[in-house]
Amino acid sequence: MPVSIKTPLSREQARQLKAGDSCLISGVIYTARDAAHKRLCELAEQGKPLPIDMTDAVIYYVGPTPARPGEAIGSAGPTTSYRMDAYSPLLISLGETGMIGKGKRGPEVVAAMKEHGAVYFGAIGGCGALLSQCVKKAEIVAYEDLGAEAIRRLEVEDFPVIVVIDSQGNNLYETGRQAYLESK
Amino acid sequence: MREIDAGQITQVVSRLCIQANRQLPQDMKNQIEACRSQEDWAPAKEILDRIVENYQIAGDNDRPICQDTGMACVFLKIGQDVHISGDLRAAVDEGVRQGYAEGFLRKSVVRDPLDRVNTGDNTPAMLYIDLVPGQEVEITVAPKGFGSENMSQIKMLRPSDGVQGVKDFVRKVVEDAGPNPCPPIVVGVGIGGTFDKAAYLAKQALMRPVDQRNAAPYYAQLEAELLEEINALGIGPQGFGGRTTALAVNIEQCPTHIAGLPVAVNINCHVTRHKTEVL
Repeated sequence: MPVSIKTPLSREQARQLKAGDSCLISGVIYTARDAAHKRLCELAEQGKPLPIDMTDAVIYYVGPTPARPGEAIGSAGPTTSYRMDAYSPLLISLGETGMIGKGKRGPEVVAAMKEHGAVYFGAIGGCGALLSQCVKKAEIVAYEDLGAEAIRRLEVEDFPVIVVIDSQGNNLYETGRQAYLESK
Repeated sequence: MREIDAGQITQVVSRLCIQANRQLPQDMKNQIEACRSQEDWAPAKEILDRIVENYQIAGDNDRPICQDTGMACVFLKIGQDVHISGDLRAAVDEGVRQGYAEGFLRKSVVRDPLDRVNTGDNTPAMLYIDLVPGQEVEITVAPKGFGSENMSQIKMLRPSDGVQGVKDFVRKVVEDAGPNPCPPIVVGVGIGGTFDKAAYLAKQALMRPVDQRNAAPYYAQLEAELLEEINALGIGPQGFGGRTTALAVNIEQCPTHIAGLPVAVNINCHVTRHKTEVL
């Protein structure tokens, strides 16, 4: 049975999630990828306020295709996460509790997740048409000039993800593959 | 001499950009569904089911299969007996501009690799032109996503490394990539030529349908062996474990220098897209 998660996601809730848990996320999440992460971290390093509140925030690494008239969003699947590794530890220290992406994370990110209590979710890469159906509303809240890379506030319903790395550092990419190979 | 107006090429490129991004090629669908039926690991089966569901939704509702609608790689095979009136390069870029706007596709190109300002219309196309006999123009558009492009590698092996060196390198590239390029992947391999030619061959290899083996029996056998070895790695769909790590290994080979054995591996995802029209 998938775990239902309602955002914002507290550190206590994040700590309860375990690698391999299937989850359905509902509520508000924010989009940000390479360029937006760079700007957020530059602001934070200068001690300036961020355009979104990072406390208990879940960030989705996505740059959607343009919405057609009358629709909330275009195709919207995850992008590869390691490109955000340079920025994630700072955002986690500022309150970010959940990241949604795909692919491996660096040790510096996992260390920050363990220290502060955050979780890394995977959504199925290359399934943007399917995942967009869970996005009910989308509005740009910062960096409109970045186009697909602007920060959007998404309202999602039962957005399907799986916990890839939990706040203990357990990693489904390692355990899932090992379990499969041992079954052979 | 046949006359073709560059404007006709704009129209075809525009149409192909849209169609390629919405409709997965039939050979890819067949291969994904065949792998789904052979997969015995439950989490992997579940992911392959979602992947099938996704391309069905995209195809039925005219939606991009993936939000990374790619850099537009455009391959032109121009007959030597054709004269194109107008600016060919500008015509191709105009086709990309129109297709990406009309098709609600994502604009993912920056004007400079270091200053990184988005061009806003997904131009320029990555344009490859080949002159061939005849009086036709064959146009292929292959939108290339960068999650997989970033996982590609090239290596200048020594001739003494031989076929084993090639196999070890290809497996290493897939292992290094792990879950990042959205497995199950298609592995394009270019062997021989020069540094740049090997990379081009690897990209060309990704244009070949996944159900079509290399015409040379030796390389067809190598493709089959590499596919089996890659699918024994256990990476699986999305990297969560399973048999289906790769859908196909496509190799293109070419003469090379006595001192060299260049090998390029261009990775593509389960949304390996390309569409062709002939004028």
